[in-house]
Amino acid sequence: MAQENSSTPLLSMVNIHKSFGEVNVLNGVDVTVGHNEIVGLVGDNGAGKSTLIKIITGVHPPTSGEVYFKGERITMLSVRRSRELGIETVYQERALADQQTLWRNTFAGRELTHRFGFLKVKDQKEETEKLLREHIGFTSKAITTDSMVLSLSGGEKQGIAIGRALYFKADLIILDEPTMGLSLSETRRVLDFVHGIKEKGKSAIFITHNIYYVYPVADRFVILDRGNVAGEFLKKDISQDDLEEKMVRLAQTGKLN
Amino acid sequence: MSFHGQSLLFCGGSFVTVSFAQLERLQRLKAVRLRLLRLEISITAVVAGIFLLFIIGNPKVFTRFDIYYSFMSTIPFFGIMALAMTLVVTLGEMDLSFPSVLAFSAWMFGKVFQVTGNIWLAVLVCLAIGLGAGALNSLLIVRVGIPSLVATIGTMFFFRGMVNVVAQGKGIPLVKAKETIFYYLCVGRIGEVVPAQAVWMIVLGIGFWLLLNRHRFGSHILFVGDNEESSRMMGIDVERVKTIVFMQMGFFAAFAGILSTLEVTYFWPSQGQGYLLTTLAAVFIGGTSVFGGMGTIYGSFVGALIIGSLEAGIIAIGLSGFWIQLIYGLIIMVSVSIYAILLRKRG
Repeated sequence: MAQENSSTPLLSMVNIHKSFGEVNVLNGVDVTVGHNEIVGLVGDNGAGKSTLIKIITGVHPPTSGEVYFKGERITMLSVRRSRELGIETVYQERALADQQTLWRNTFAGRELTHRFGFLKVKDQKEETEKLLREHIGFTSKAITTDSMVLSLSGGEKQGIAIGRALYFKADLIILDEPTMGLSLSETRRVLDFVHGIKEKGKSAIFITHNIYYVYPVADRFVILDRGNVAGEFLKKDISQDDLEEKMVRLAQTGKLN
Repeated sequence: MSFHGQSLLFCGGSFVTVSFAQLERLQRLKAVRLRLLRLEISITAVVAGIFLLFIIGNPKVFTRFDIYYSFMSTIPFFGIMALAMTLVVTLGEMDLSFPSVLAFSAWMFGKVFQVTGNIWLAVLVCLAIGLGAGALNSLLIVRVGIPSLVATIGTMFFFRGMVNVVAQGKGIPLVKAKETIFYYLCVGRIGEVVPAQAVWMIVLGIGFWLLLNRHRFGSHILFVGDNEESSRMMGIDVERVKTIVFMQMGFFAAFAGILSTLEVTYFWPSQGQGYLLTTLAAVFIGGTSVFGGMGTIYGSFVGALIIGSLEAGIIAIGLSGFWIQLIYGLIIMVSVSIYAILLRKRG
C-alpha cells in the first residue's frame, strides 16, 4: 500500500463548512491526511473535531466543501459508503449498544446475512470469537460472544471497538478520543495499536485534547479552534512543550503566537 | 468482509485483571447471558401457575376443551397486536393509536365490502389504510420529531374521530362475508375445533420471533432501541427502521380489525377500544423493556395468553367480576417487579 502515488494525499477535505441551523460549527476547514501518516487532530472541546469526523465518516453531510479520498471526489458520503472506501472509525464505547451481545455489536450495521436478510448467526459468532481471541487478545473465558457490552469494563469496550475497526479492512482509521476514560496501561495499549497502524503502512487520524498521548505517535498535528484550522505542525518542527504552550495560549487569547 | 490478518493488537495482553474479583465477574457475565432466558422462564412459570390455579379452582371448566376453544377465538385479536407492539416497545417507542387505527380500517373494510361485495378489495383497502395510518405516525414521529407517546395520542383521537364521523354511530352488518373463502381463512374453524385466528397468531408469533431474533432488521430494531446515536454511527438507517416499525403496527392493527370484524360479521364504531390496555399489558407482562433495546416475542405471546384468560378464569373459580381489574393490576405489578429485579444491573 505504501507505494501508492504519494503526491495525492489519501484524504483531503477542502473548505468544509458545516452548520446546524444557525450555529456554524465548521467555517471552511482544510485538512489532508497523507499515505502512511498519523495525524493528530487536537483542539479544545467545541472546536469542531467530532463534527469534522462525522463528515469524513458520512454521519453528517457537509453544508459545503469537498471531500477527496484516494484522489477521487466523494459526494453523497454515507457511513456505509465510507466503510466501503476503507475508512473505519473507532468511536470508543459510544458506538456500542449496551444491552446487545458482542456478536451483534461486532457486525452492527453490516450483518452477515443469508438471502432475505436472515442473519448468519453461527458465522457472526465464529468471526467474533476469532476477533476476541486472536485480534484483541481476550483470554478470559468469562467474555464470550454472547456477553453483553454492559458487562465489560471501559478498557474491554475499547478493545472491542478497536478490534471491530481492524477486522474490516481499512486504509484510514479514525480514532475519536481513544484514550478517554482509560487507565494508564489501557492507554498504553491503545498507543501501541496506533504505532501498529503506522507499521502496517496505513493512515490514521487521532483525535484528542490530550497532547501527552498524541505527541509520541503522530507525524503531524492539526489544531482546530472554533471551527477553523488554527495551525498545522510537523512533529519534527515543534517540540511537545512548544505545542502545548501554543495550545494553552490559543485557549486563553484565541491566538497561536 | 474478509479477515484482515492483523494480530498486533494488544499482543499478549489480556484485559482481564486476575484477582478474586474475577469469580464475581464470571457470575455476573453468566447472569447477563441468561437474562432473556430467565425472563422467558419466569413468564412461563407465571402462566403455568395461573392455569394451575384455574384448574384447581374449577377443574370442571379448566379440564375441558370448551374454555380453551373460547380463548383461542378471542385472544388472537389483541395477541397479534401485542406481537407487533413488541417491536414498537423494543424500539423504545410507544403507539397508543392502534385501537383507533383498527376501528377506522375495519370500517373501511366493512364499507368497501358492503358497497362492492368484493372481499379481496376490502382487505386490500383496509390493510392499506393500516399502513397509511402507520405512515402518518412515522411522519409525525420521525420527520416532524414529536415524541411517539404524544404523536400517537393525537392520531388516536384523530382516527377514532374519523370513525365517528364516517360511521355516524352506526354499525355495518357483514353476514355476507361468511360466504367467502377469506372468511374461513381468517376466522373459520379448522376441523370445526380450532379457530383459524389462533393459527394466525401462532404463525405470526413464529414470524415475529424470527424477525426480531434472526433477521438483520430485528437486529437494527434492537440497536436503535438500545442506543440511537451509536446506531447512527454504525450506519444503521434509524429513520427507516422507525418508519417501518410504526407502519407494521398500523398494518397489524388493520389485520386484527379484519379478524375481529369477521368473527362477529359485524362492524361496530367503538371497535378496538378495549384493546389498548390489554395489548400493552400483554407486552409488559411478557417482559419487554419499556426502555427499549430488549424485547421478547415469546413473552408477549404468553403475556397475551395470561391477559386473555384471566377474566374467564376469575369468574370460573368463583370470584365475582369486580375482582377482574384488581387481579390484572396485581399480576402486572408482580411480574414487572420480577423482571426489574432480574434485570437489575449489578456492579
